[in-house]
Amino acid sequence: MTKRKITVAVSGLNNIDSPGPGIPVIRALKESEFFDIRIIGLSYENLEPGLYMRDLVDKSYSIPLPSSGTASLLERLKYINEMEGIDVIIPNFDAELHSFIKLATALKRDFNIETFLPTQEQFESRHKSVLYEFGEENGVKVPYSKMIFSANEIYSLKTDFTYPLVIKGKYYDASIAATPEQAVNYFHKISAKWGLPIIVQEFVSGNEVNVTAIGDGKGNCIGAVPMRKLYITDKGKAWAGVSLDDENLIEITNRVIGNSKWKGGCELEFIKSKEGEYYLLEMNPRFPAWVYLAKGCGQNHPEALVKMALGEDVKPFDSYDVGKLFVRYSFDQIVDLKDFEKISTLGEL
Amino acid sequence: MQINKNIAISDSGFIFNPSSGDSFSTNQVGLEIIRLLKENKNKEELISEIVQLFSIDESTLEKDLGDFFLMLQSYQLLNEND
Repeated sequence: MTKRKITVAVSGLNNIDSPGPGIPVIRALKESEFFDIRIIGLSYENLEPGLYMRDLVDKSYSIPLPSSGTASLLERLKYINEMEGIDVIIPNFDAELHSFIKLATALKRDFNIETFLPTQEQFESRHKSVLYEFGEENGVKVPYSKMIFSANEIYSLKTDFTYPLVIKGKYYDASIAATPEQAVNYFHKISAKWGLPIIVQEFVSGNEVNVTAIGDGKGNCIGAVPMRKLYITDKGKAWAGVSLDDENLIEITNRVIGNSKWKGGCELEFIKSKEGEYYLLEMNPRFPAWVYLAKGCGQNHPEALVKMALGEDVKPFDSYDVGKLFVRYSFDQIVDLKDFEKISTLGEL
Repeated sequence: MQINKNIAISDSGFIFNPSSGDSFSTNQVGLEIIRLLKENKNKEELISEIVQLFSIDESTLEKDLGDFFLMLQSYQLLNEND
């Protein structure tokens, strides 16, 4: 079969100890059965390892941080598109998604670049600060949570919460606090890194199980693979995991994706309590860093996303391999100073 | 008592629970007990077969079997339906 040649730009090349999803997404795309894909890497920092993975990333460009605003991002993407002729962009950072959702119409209209992203409303609806309401709307249990803007508010939480409780950043990071003093400490630590608000969440004990999934935006869950972390780093990231056979989890995922008409990739993070009940802890609005496991289990979610972005009809996957493991590893790349110089000074490599 | 139906068990004694992602390993005696449970043998039949196979006295086996079943239950490998 002749593969269609396309160019896809991907961000999240930070394949570090707390990895971005970019490189796993790229690996899945490079193994597409339908497309011959030229990959354009989009980077925010000059030492993102994916920049130097020349077997996976064909060309890279630095792009402005989300704090620079959408106008400068659009200008940069215009230049990159003139150089490369991009067909599809897959942004992979929570913090940049807002900008790409905002620019999606302009990217299509002005440059004929496709995206496959949730709407602004969908993006906001699963935000940590309103996840409890999201759970109620979509028929899934969510631990009770509350937004706070000041450390002083922690001492007045005792009417709504018992200890331990979870202190969470608005984008990343979460710590379990056993006392108000610990909660204040985590409040300052996390807010210094990710800003306000801080989310306080009821602690539910049990096993963490996650699902990588993709919705078509019309109420269909195109694919879903559940995974249990087997080896967790000190940052709470999965260093190894195994695909699970869990019909309940798939049913809940179908319900959430279906009800919310979710468009694009996502990750659902659950706690399965000892009583066998599932609590949704987070819904991340993009593929997780372990999405390559889905490809390994027979569901190539990034490929399905590209197909839908290009307007192709995609039928839902109806099976996946259970008991497949992923085991991550770290790898020292030797990089010529000239390459580092190029990306540092010219912003492209 | 029954072993949960979707549990995968290899000849080497490696056990995988696809619902939880947990894996375990057991020795030949444990493997034989699980095989007999899968064949829906009751406790008396199981004891009788294991005593013959491994030359062990019945009272020791009964005691060890109680511990083994508790372990299987705590690992969510066993459904106690009687």
